[in-house]
Amino acid sequence: MTDFPWLTTLGLVPLVGALVVAALPSARELLAKQVALGFSLVVLAGTIALALQFDSDGGEQFQFAETYEWIPQFGVSYALGVDGIALVLIAMATVLTPVCILASWHDVDSDRRSAKGYFALLLLLEMFMIGVFAATDVFLFYVLFEAMLVPMYFIIGSYGGAQRSYAAVKFLLYSLVGGLLMLAAVIGLYVTSDGGPKAFLFENLLGTEMGTGTERLLFLGFFIAFAIKAPLWPLHTWLPDAAAESPPGGAVLLVGVLDKVGTFGMIRFCLPLFPDASQWATPAVITLSVIGILYGALLAIGQTDMKRLIAYTSISHFGFIVLGIFAMTSQGQAGATLYMVNHGFSTAALFLIAGFLISRRGSRLIRDYGGVQRVAPMLAGTFLVAGLSSLALPGLSSFVSEILVLIGTYSRYEVAAVIATGGIILASLYILLMYQRTMTGEPTEHTSQMADLNTREAWVVAPLIAIIIALGFFPKPLLDVINPAVDRTMEQVGVTDPEPAQPAAEGARP
Amino acid sequence: MSTYLAAAEPATAEATGVLALGWLLIALPLLGAAVLLLGGRRTDRWGHLFGTAMPALACLIALAQFAALLERDAEERSVGSHLFSWIPVGALEVEVGLLLDPLSMCFVLLVTFVGTLIHVYSIGYMAHDPDRRRFFGYLNLFVAAMLLLVLADSFLVLYVGWEGVGLASYLLIGFWSYNPTYAAAAKKAFVANRVGDFGLSVAVLIMFAQFGGVSFSEVFAGAEGASEGVLTVLGLMLLLAACGKSAQFPLQSWLGDAMAGPTPVSALIHAATMVTAGVYLVVRSAPVFEGAPDAQLVVVIVGAVTLLFGAAIGCAKDDIKKALAASTMSQIGYMMLAAGLGPVGYAFAIFHLLTHGFFKAGLFLGAGSVMHGMGDQVNMRRFGGLSSVMKVTWVTFAFGWLAIIGFPGLSGFWSKDKIIEAAYVGDGWRPWVFGTAALVGAGITAFYMTRLFVMTFHGKRRWTDDVHPHESPLVMTVPLMVLAVGSALLGLALGPTGAIAHWLEPVVGAHGEEEPVIAVTLLTTLTVVLVLAGAALAWLTYERRPVATTAPRGSWLTRAARRDLYQDTVNESLLMHPGAWLTRSLVFFDNRGVDGTVNGLAALLGGTSARLRRLQTGFVRSYALSMFAGAAVVVGAMLLVRL
Repeated sequence: MTDFPWLTTLGLVPLVGALVVAALPSARELLAKQVALGFSLVVLAGTIALALQFDSDGGEQFQFAETYEWIPQFGVSYALGVDGIALVLIAMATVLTPVCILASWHDVDSDRRSAKGYFALLLLLEMFMIGVFAATDVFLFYVLFEAMLVPMYFIIGSYGGAQRSYAAVKFLLYSLVGGLLMLAAVIGLYVTSDGGPKAFLFENLLGTEMGTGTERLLFLGFFIAFAIKAPLWPLHTWLPDAAAESPPGGAVLLVGVLDKVGTFGMIRFCLPLFPDASQWATPAVITLSVIGILYGALLAIGQTDMKRLIAYTSISHFGFIVLGIFAMTSQGQAGATLYMVNHGFSTAALFLIAGFLISRRGSRLIRDYGGVQRVAPMLAGTFLVAGLSSLALPGLSSFVSEILVLIGTYSRYEVAAVIATGGIILASLYILLMYQRTMTGEPTEHTSQMADLNTREAWVVAPLIAIIIALGFFPKPLLDVINPAVDRTMEQVGVTDPEPAQPAAEGARP
Repeated sequence: MSTYLAAAEPATAEATGVLALGWLLIALPLLGAAVLLLGGRRTDRWGHLFGTAMPALACLIALAQFAALLERDAEERSVGSHLFSWIPVGALEVEVGLLLDPLSMCFVLLVTFVGTLIHVYSIGYMAHDPDRRRFFGYLNLFVAAMLLLVLADSFLVLYVGWEGVGLASYLLIGFWSYNPTYAAAAKKAFVANRVGDFGLSVAVLIMFAQFGGVSFSEVFAGAEGASEGVLTVLGLMLLLAACGKSAQFPLQSWLGDAMAGPTPVSALIHAATMVTAGVYLVVRSAPVFEGAPDAQLVVVIVGAVTLLFGAAIGCAKDDIKKALAASTMSQIGYMMLAAGLGPVGYAFAIFHLLTHGFFKAGLFLGAGSVMHGMGDQVNMRRFGGLSSVMKVTWVTFAFGWLAIIGFPGLSGFWSKDKIIEAAYVGDGWRPWVFGTAALVGAGITAFYMTRLFVMTFHGKRRWTDDVHPHESPLVMTVPLMVLAVGSALLGLALGPTGAIAHWLEPVVGAHGEEEPVIAVTLLTTLTVVLVLAGAALAWLTYERRPVATTAPRGSWLTRAARRDLYQDTVNESLLMHPGAWLTRSLVFFDNRGVDGTVNGLAALLGGTSARLRRLQTGFVRSYALSMFAGAAVVVGAMLLVRL
């Protein structure tokens, strides 16, 4: 590994891309799209190069680390670095961005606003996504966490559906409440820390001495911000509106990546910085996440709007992720991390294919469809695969993460794990009901002329489905990267895996 | 128990030679599925041939493997091959490995052999379907998943095959999903199976927490020292899974509707192979059930209830496929009952599973041949007298019919009789209750199957005016003939020779020499008498007397059986209606309650509710400001008290 500032470069490329796209004349729409796609592909290539150099057994927690003084008076540094958890999330974000750009090709053509603005915003968002996962300075993380809202707010508010203003404002308000609580906690953290010009560095904050009450308050400040972001029941109501009103590409980045910052924050910051408070809060968090799993699933079953339905399934899935993180076992946390990645891809596939469907018919309502399988078999088939991934069919990626979360939870919280397992039955209902209502039956008068996936759309869907299948059968490359990071987190929290009650005799292993 | 376990776990050797080709068994049909499903219209012309070649090749490999296993000593017939590391996290190390032993070999042979025959048959049956290629793709997918299910050497890899066959079943039941009823049937099957899969999931969770692993060897070694309570729960969870997959009470309701799929699917998936996976699971998990007598008792009860439940429904159905489906449910009930009996029954559960695989596949394909000739009609009240126009179908069907009712000498006789004998083994009330259930079931089976046979092939022709029945082409009748030979001879070859019990002994243990509570000769005589009586009654009722073309009202029992003993009504009122109500109220609550509360709080914070409405027109700044002020107050307070 050289001293080349990989992460800064990786973040700068999309920023430059966003500026270039924004600077292009408004009339050159096609060029703007091509440039945006090109930049996002460069970022993807850079990420692949980064991942190849990553040493999963490396001694340091953060690799590709860069640290510069920023505001030494307040202990703020510009510090980047990735561990396995951050790396896989950055990889997911940089895969999804070009996919979303390609998927959104014509989504904003007829819009009042210029198309190039939308693509510039997507690139800008990508920069923030890379930055927020790579930040190893808590203050820098906070700044990026908040700044990320801005492009998303404009994506929803400027390019969204009929209720876009309401949804955008609701999204912003919820996020601001969380952000401000977090700001309070960030400042509180500084006060309790040892101070100094690098006080906010993650490694310097580890093991900070603080009183029980303080630790709990600070934990809550961070946790509530992350729980809104994730979102955890009952702080979820902004998500269905925001996701449904956002254009499909924006919805993917919102639900697939931005929301992961919440769960990422829990495992990266809440647990290691406030280990005792985390364990104190565990029963409550486990309860909320189990409620969220079932609640999100039941709500999804009851939805009439496709995009809202997908949003509610995500609430259920976020329940699984949070459950895995707070199960405090290596299986639970590795499963949760893998779940963040897998959920990103399967939800992206669902949102984007639903978007293709909606762009053909001009309605988000499930009842306006029917019989699509007859006229557009590829569209229906890929939608089914995406759905099956969402319901965690074994052989597809989500299954691995879901069973890991459940296994990891059961060894500590049996009842919670069993109730959460009930989610798999509800998942089959929400996905297959939606598929049945939209795709099966005889084509209706509105769907009988529907075109199947075109080449561009097929190129959007193919990589997602390839990843979903590949990670279903061979998740090991990701787990190899995630496991050491999770082990370190467990160490920082001070927990170990429970022993099996009746271990098999030695030598029984195959 | 310890001696039993020693017998049940022969050392697994590393596979060599042709035995190491287990992965190819799965890879071939998987390749077929991938080529046919991804290849699109380009593969239309040759897709069905390619799709048939894949299971056929797998069948050849399986036969070679069978020969290789036969050459080995009985204790060395269990070979494993490790493929790759799948899910390694902490102490959990899930490897993808295959286990080829006498038990899985039985299934591999059944699945590839009967599967290939059904592929061949489908070439003719689906000849006029524009989506025939897709059909073969799904069938290949099924074969691959089924082989993975039976070859897996851990419960989690088995799970992949387990839901994989469920997916294939879903896709194939809904193959003509432009018919809304069929689409609903497909979904119903998947969801009912998922309820069962809940059990398998929880079982996997228990296994890791208790034994630290999910592979067969780890779990079975751990089961030796585990408490009875743990094993009972584990056994019941596995049973729940088995009930879903094998359509056993109380998760049986999906199987009848599953007949919406093309008939070869009903033959392969919903008769011969997939639905018997539950029996496989119970027999495979023998070391768990051996330590949990209560769970075993529940298995027996489920089997006994289902065998009578299915038989009762079978008597009332006029739809030939639904009658056969009810019969499948009932026959699997027999297998489940045998599997619950422990070592005395394991081998016979598998034996009946194999013979049933042949004769039921033959019966379904025969029914398909009839439908093919009758313009896809399924109402037996509109059949009759077909024996003269469909001679091959008639004769082959007759073999299947005689086999399933247990006519002396044919396959079903050997396997079912053994289960009845085994059910009569034991002390106290159990042998009398379960043995008698099995015995009575045999009589009812004879009745409804004879009814089905007579209504279809004999008596007066009750055809609608527009049908012109004709014999099916050779590509369809040759598989019928092969299956008829199996229906006739397989039982004789495996049963009285002791071949099947001897073959399975290294896996399931010796079945011992326990005597039934009624002498064996008397029992066999009783069974045969009951079977003949049931068949005669049906013959007198449906051959001697005219059959009405519209169903008479019938007794309350008939009406109840026609409606599947109200299984759907019960499910609807206990689960679906309350569920729908819950969902609706939650949607209301979420929109008004949770969201409303938060909006209300925001309004309070902001001042008046009138302002809330202005949110939508973009008054963000004031909110941001007020919240920022709030946060500043919090921060200030924290700094003041120095935390």
